[in-house]
Amino acid sequence: MNMLPAGDGTAQVERWGGQYLIVQLQAESFGVDITAVREIIAYVVPTQIPMMPTFVVGVINLRGQVVPIIDIARRFGRPATAIHKRSCITIVDLQEGESRQRLGVIVDAVNEVLEFSEEQIEPAPQFGAGLRTEFIRGMAKVANQFIVLLEMERVLSLDEMAELAAIAADAAAGP
Amino acid sequence: MIDLDPQMAAALQTFFEESRELLQDMENALLFMEDAGADSERINAVFRAAHTIKGSAGLFGLEEVVRFTHRLENLLDQIRSGITELTPVRITLLLSCGDHIAGYLDRIATESSLDQSFLAEDLRLLGDLAAQLGSSPIASTVPATAPALAPTTLAPTVSPFTEPECSNSPDSVQTGNWHISLRFGLDTFRDGMDPLSFLRYLEQIGEIVGIVTLTDRLPPLSEMDAESCYLGFEISFKSSADKAKIADVFDFVKESSTIHILPAHSQITAYLQLIQQLPEADKHLGEILVAVGSLTPEELKGALALQDSSSQGGQHQPLGEILVAQNMVQEPVVQGALEKQQQQREHQVVERQMLRVRAADLDQLVNLVGELVIASAANSLYAAQNNAEERIESAAQVARLVEDIRDGALHLRMIDVAEVFQRFPRVVRDTARTLGKDIRLEISGEGTELDKSMAEKITDPLMHLVRNAMDHGIESAERRHALGKPAQGCISLHACHDASGILIEVRDDGGGLNREKILGKAIEKGLATPEQQLSDQEIYALIFAPGFSTADQVSDISGRGVGMDVVRQNIEAIRGSIEIQSTPGAGSTMRIRLPLTLSIIDGFLVKLATDTFVIPSESVEECLEYPEQQGTVGYMVLRDQALPLLHLTRVFRFDAQPEKRRNVIVVRHGQDRVGMVVGAILGNQQTVIKPLGKLFEQVPGISAATILGNGDVAPILDIPALIHHHTSAKHSH
Repeated sequence: MNMLPAGDGTAQVERWGGQYLIVQLQAESFGVDITAVREIIAYVVPTQIPMMPTFVVGVINLRGQVVPIIDIARRFGRPATAIHKRSCITIVDLQEGESRQRLGVIVDAVNEVLEFSEEQIEPAPQFGAGLRTEFIRGMAKVANQFIVLLEMERVLSLDEMAELAAIAADAAAGP
Repeated sequence: MIDLDPQMAAALQTFFEESRELLQDMENALLFMEDAGADSERINAVFRAAHTIKGSAGLFGLEEVVRFTHRLENLLDQIRSGITELTPVRITLLLSCGDHIAGYLDRIATESSLDQSFLAEDLRLLGDLAAQLGSSPIASTVPATAPALAPTTLAPTVSPFTEPECSNSPDSVQTGNWHISLRFGLDTFRDGMDPLSFLRYLEQIGEIVGIVTLTDRLPPLSEMDAESCYLGFEISFKSSADKAKIADVFDFVKESSTIHILPAHSQITAYLQLIQQLPEADKHLGEILVAVGSLTPEELKGALALQDSSSQGGQHQPLGEILVAQNMVQEPVVQGALEKQQQQREHQVVERQMLRVRAADLDQLVNLVGELVIASAANSLYAAQNNAEERIESAAQVARLVEDIRDGALHLRMIDVAEVFQRFPRVVRDTARTLGKDIRLEISGEGTELDKSMAEKITDPLMHLVRNAMDHGIESAERRHALGKPAQGCISLHACHDASGILIEVRDDGGGLNREKILGKAIEKGLATPEQQLSDQEIYALIFAPGFSTADQVSDISGRGVGMDVVRQNIEAIRGSIEIQSTPGAGSTMRIRLPLTLSIIDGFLVKLATDTFVIPSESVEECLEYPEQQGTVGYMVLRDQALPLLHLTRVFRFDAQPEKRRNVIVVRHGQDRVGMVVGAILGNQQTVIKPLGKLFEQVPGISAATILGNGDVAPILDIPALIHHHTSAKHSH
């Protein structure tokens, strides 16, 4: 899924109506497609895996499964998310080709679940959101405010993250 | 083949699996006989294997397989009856035929087409089979041209009195064809059988001259069950096969269906008996028999008259007596039936002992048990914290049981190494022929158990090692003679349990590795320098370097120079290691060490900064205190030898200050020994290996993760990678 041409935007938007989990990330709200969200757990300290890019915080034990934890603020190129009492981890399942990948995302708070109709969702702006455009699925209008709906498949693209991890590992291993 | 419903597809899959097992049995029996001479039990086993494959293939309509197997069966039949001797040449041919059937199955399974070379092989083998059969009659290739003679000409094979009822006695009917009367059971379809496939198969052993389908049993449409089979057939059948063979066609439905087979030239009373036994109206049936061509109208008339007179007499001769009197029940049929029953009984016993389980289900179970181990450890921990006596005790009991369950669950995945070794007699035999050497194979420790997934992954490397040893290790017969060794070389495969895993050895009694030649080659390829002082072990290890091959001539057995490198990689991929022992002139031994299982690891827990890491115990040699006084930077002295040190906190770029108390864990991989500098040592623990996934694939030095008793995740260090990384970094400086 590459950057959508503006003309195609509306056609895509139609399929995007539905429920979104509104999470808070450093004073900004984002919407995450509820179908990808598996559960929300209290923050646990992840085990650090050395030589990974900064956005990979580590791994946790989720009932016997080893799940990578991502700081998406870092992924967006912002400062690291500070951990506090209300911090939690949103566990998401993403379909990546044949396999399902389970990942945890650190957020400052989980606020509510909102339902957006197709008309409420507007295509991603070409600039100005402070995010890479392909990370944005659309903008939902709520009480004269816009909430960025994240394209989680892109934000947490394993292919891309693994590539970045390889670069980070190379850099760490280098002379 | 292509449009099978799921049930059929599953059945076909089972057919493939079973056929492969049968082919393997066949191969084993043939190889055994090659060494030990023919014995009737094994010849029968080979025959049965071929026969079962043919029968099942017929059910699935796999015509080519049936056709080919049938020819093979002809030769086997002659061998079985002693007409043809089982010579080494024929064993070779039979082995090739087995391979060829496997080739058919593979191609059908993958739905790939039969290519030109395969068909050429087909023709060649059929030609060879025909040549071996010589002038002896072949059932299907010589269709019964002389009906009167046909049944007698064949099958002197099965028993002395095979076809008793043949000549044109005055009471027998004119036709020289068999008559087969079939009433399929109601459940035929439900049992997964297709009446048509039986008819199709029947045509493999003869010609259907006439056939009438009986629909008398069909109920009114409203009462009809679409899944029931109401069909019956009356068939006039021209064939030179014997009764047992024809009866075998219907083997799969013989219990549920009514089948009557009348030999050619049966007494007219036999037909009468048949007419009486069958459920349909006698007259109607008689007409059908005429329509099929088994009886002439005159014969029918005579028969009905006979029936009238006998029923007026009021006494029916008991059926059995009639049958025996008319020699309808032939000895082979009885024998065949007994044999079948015996087989079935044996089969049932085996089935009770074995259970086919989906591998994925088993993995799931093992995973869950892994969770249980962790949960139970946490349970014990909490009990200990509360210091409640009873709770500690019960937690300990649970922990013990959980450990038993874990061992049991892991054991489910174990298979005998014999399953890996069983391919090798054939490999050694064929390779020895290609090389023109006389080599025998010795196998020991077949009962050693190993994880099934490991067994699959070790086969290829073993194959390569065995071939290599035969090609490069064992000398030619002349040379062996000159050296005073027995002319026959010996390769031995040995397996046993070792302290922490499984040991598999490939040994040969050949010339051993040529130290000078290896070194020369290594220098030539730039893998070593002439100035280096290398121990024997170090030199032998060079053959595992990429692109190394000492074979002067590249043969198709080995010598492509990728082999040993790949062997080592494959073995390391399953956390194993390989080492070489070699004595010049006396042979060499390749020793492969494998962990017991791929899912559980014995780990050494260490602290790095604040995190816990696991070092696989199998690579740990000893633990030492970190010497604060060092000579050369990066080295410490261990028993007068320099031991390179690897500071893991530095390798992993932890920012933390060096711990106050540091330890050195001496790890070994192959010939390399390195001291890993770590923080505290937390002890030994058996842990379940958890894959880390794609995201962490590129992290050098970490292979997987595990979950500790307290629920924390701990990464498992990849010692070979760390050592390799360290040594290559050292070289590049």
